[in-house]
Amino acid sequence: MTQAKLKTAVRNIGDDVTVIDIQGDINATTDGVLTEAFAQASNGARAIIMNFSGLKYMNSSGIGLLVTLLIRANRQKQKLLSYGLSDHYKQIFELTRLNEAIGIYNGESEAAAAAASK
Amino acid sequence: MSDTNDEKQKQREGRWAPSVEHLNVGELPRGARGLNVQGRHVSGALQGFGQMWQKTYRVRLPAVGMSAVEAMQIWKAEFPNFQPPATRFYPPMSGIEPGQIIFINLMLPVFFGLNMIPVESGVMVLYADDESFSVMTPEGFPVSGWNTFSIFEEDGCLVAQVQSMDRAADPIYELGTLLMGGARRQEENWTHVLTKLAERLNVTGQTVEMKKECVDPRWQWRHAMNVWQNASVRTVLYIMAAPLRWARNATRRSKA
Repeated sequence: MTQAKLKTAVRNIGDDVTVIDIQGDINATTDGVLTEAFAQASNGARAIIMNFSGLKYMNSSGIGLLVTLLIRANRQKQKLLSYGLSDHYKQIFELTRLNEAIGIYNGESEAAAAAASK
Repeated sequence: MSDTNDEKQKQREGRWAPSVEHLNVGELPRGARGLNVQGRHVSGALQGFGQMWQKTYRVRLPAVGMSAVEAMQIWKAEFPNFQPPATRFYPPMSGIEPGQIIFINLMLPVFFGLNMIPVESGVMVLYADDESFSVMTPEGFPVSGWNTFSIFEEDGCLVAQVQSMDRAADPIYELGTLLMGGARRQEENWTHVLTKLAERLNVTGQTVEMKKECVDPRWQWRHAMNVWQNASVRTVLYIMAAPLRWARNATRRSKA
């Protein structure tokens, strides 16, 4: 397997909402990096927003990884939202029907507003 | 430089199946009937009913004398040959490419692991690159989710891997999975596939390792109505209705 090519940063944007900034690839080799970022982001959070603006590439293992994170979020009664997806990856979310469970928004403020609702 | 990047990006995007509203069977490979695929939506691990499991099967391929890409080419080209006797795969005539459908006939166990219930359906190739490919199930398939087949290098040795992330599609299938040997049958199938692949690559004496994790132990009752799409029930009804179809066709012929 090749070296992991993913960098993440976790930000708290208030109101128990955290953002994971993703920079690089999501695949089987980056599992550990993303899982660790998710654990950090989910600590005490009510909603987690994934910022995919820096996503370079995701393969089908990446989709499986997102499903695992989604299930963890559901178990902890946390919302999982996203923004910054390119048209291509929006299409992939629709094709794999991930969009039915992970909200897709146009920008951080829109996602934050959705996270604050309910 | 940006042209090269654009080209690379396009190439990467081409590894994914195009977006489709419903599956379209198109031309059938010889022997396949294409039941329970036409017009169905694809259905991922989030849309099924039963407990969600991630299972990873791996076999090491030491001294195989070829690259991961070359080994994957063999796996893709000879995919049906590695299946157990009770399972028949009909790959698309154009090969395993994103968006294509692989038709599948299989038998589900009912009592004491005996194969008794036929299922005809298929899976869509969701993603394919040189070293891996993934398939996604349609509505009505016994499980709802994804399977990824890959070959990669680890510690200087090639490893062939099958990873499934799925859940039984409806309550009937979940019953079969938990009580009638369905889960064990699935595990035996993928172990068989990796064993046969290793043999084809002249590797012997390697054990297939399996790791499994229950990702979500809950039943998703909101998807219990998936039972209406159950490909097994529909396949059995199709087979039982064969005399009626025969009589109808005979009547038409005599009128003509």
